[in-house]
Amino acid sequence: MTIRWRSPIRGPWLTSVFGLVLLCALPVVIVTGLLDWVAYGSQPIPADVGFLHLPAFDWPTRPAWLFRLTQGLHVGLGIVLVPVVLAKLWSVIPKLFTALPRNPLKALERLSLIMLVGGILFEIVTGLLNIQYDYVFGFSFYAAHYVGAWVFIAGFVLHVALKLPTMMRSLRSRSFREELRTPLAETRSEPPDELVAPDPDPPTMSRRGALAVVGGGVVLLAGLTLGQTVDALRPTALLLPRGRTAPGDFPVNRTFAASGVSEQAIGAEWRLDLGGVRLTRAELAALPQHTADLPISCVEGWSTQQTWTGVRLRDLAAVAGVDGPSGADVSSVEEGPFARASLTSDQVLHPDSLLALQVNGADLSRDHGFPARIIVPALPGVHCTKWVAAIGFRA
Amino acid sequence: MRVVGVVACLALGAYATTIILRDPTLHPSILGMLIWFAGALLLHDLVLFPLYAAADRALTLLPTTRVPLVNHVRLPLMGAALTFLVFLPGIIRQGEPVVRGATGLDQEPFLARWLWLCAAMVGVSALVWVVRVTRRSAAGG
Repeated sequence: MTIRWRSPIRGPWLTSVFGLVLLCALPVVIVTGLLDWVAYGSQPIPADVGFLHLPAFDWPTRPAWLFRLTQGLHVGLGIVLVPVVLAKLWSVIPKLFTALPRNPLKALERLSLIMLVGGILFEIVTGLLNIQYDYVFGFSFYAAHYVGAWVFIAGFVLHVALKLPTMMRSLRSRSFREELRTPLAETRSEPPDELVAPDPDPPTMSRRGALAVVGGGVVLLAGLTLGQTVDALRPTALLLPRGRTAPGDFPVNRTFAASGVSEQAIGAEWRLDLGGVRLTRAELAALPQHTADLPISCVEGWSTQQTWTGVRLRDLAAVAGVDGPSGADVSSVEEGPFARASLTSDQVLHPDSLLALQVNGADLSRDHGFPARIIVPALPGVHCTKWVAAIGFRA
Repeated sequence: MRVVGVVACLALGAYATTIILRDPTLHPSILGMLIWFAGALLLHDLVLFPLYAAADRALTLLPTTRVPLVNHVRLPLMGAALTFLVFLPGIIRQGEPVVRGATGLDQEPFLARWLWLCAAMVGVSALVWVVRVTRRSAAGG
């Protein structure tokens, strides 16, 4: 069976334009994704990745918006590149229907395309499901997305190494400016090539039209995603869970109801355990208070900046009798995978690192971690422990 | 040189999968991950592509008009399909208990919002077509 490919604009030049966009943008998605693994500090998921990680370093606390930026870029770019990836795949799909090459090296190259294409589709699908809290796949998102990333990276690096000369040659084969001036009536096929249809239909769209359509898809998705990260644009993320908030509230990263924490555990009997010293909420409120504007930034790419008030962690370390702590272990009243967080020395000593009692001038709501929660500059939201039960400062 | 590159790439991919093998708690997930990996590929290549190619082919059945209708139908369809695929969980309300636990909110508004978005794209596209027809009539009679 032979397929008659109909599009007259499919060809190496158009493929290379999409390829160039992905070549520039995907490394940003890859690096920001791998940085996320580093940002989890001493509790990365998956824990044992062999040598497949960025060089280890202590995740910084400055600038405070660092994780907001890296994770916002990872998720945001990942979403807006979907139309470019689909267009790139459309532009090369005739190759899928050609026979497997006899040459074993070429056949292996073809196999690597499974890693490339399967890898990126797997990353897109698992990523999109995760940010919308749809765990229909039933396996660990973190592990799958991390392994899938490295399978994709392997395929991507090889693909770029093999195809870069072709891409450069194809891009030079036509003038980009000329193409932007070419209307539908003057749109002709590229010179014969394995991607160019030998017997195409008349064009219904110019090349510049096709680029505009893909660009329009990018803009559409960007418009529907930006509100996840920019508080003022929140409602414009029309179709994402993080475009919505309860009236007068800001996004919650896990509700009190879902935490399994009992009313009693955070009631009058609640005490903050500093190891030897136990403080009531009133005693905490009587300590010197500090206010800081800090973002909550989540691994799902959303973030929000709020004004937090509470006790500096370094002051609490002094109360606990630990001078110049080398770090801290925070645990929550809640039980579960994210009920404990380990902080580095920098994260404890930063002047804006707080055990917050209030947000925006009012006591924390139960959903935001009442009686007290951790808020640390640039720390992934999941480690800004809510319903704090104990802080163990390490000497 | 080429051989080294291809072998190194395949080796790196294979090594990546050992992350799963090294963690016994992930072993029950191996089959699922493989199915989703292959499924994503096959779904795109053998379902999604033939479907959208066939849909695009169907556009040739549109009546011939002085200002061609094809892109005025194609573009809103593409916009609808793209947003449907990307924002599918909210639109079909899949995973609602987890959404509620994470955000405190439901997925109730998303289907209607998506339909309104589609309607807006169709409306704008139709309006532009009418404007083009009118201008052409005014210019050419």
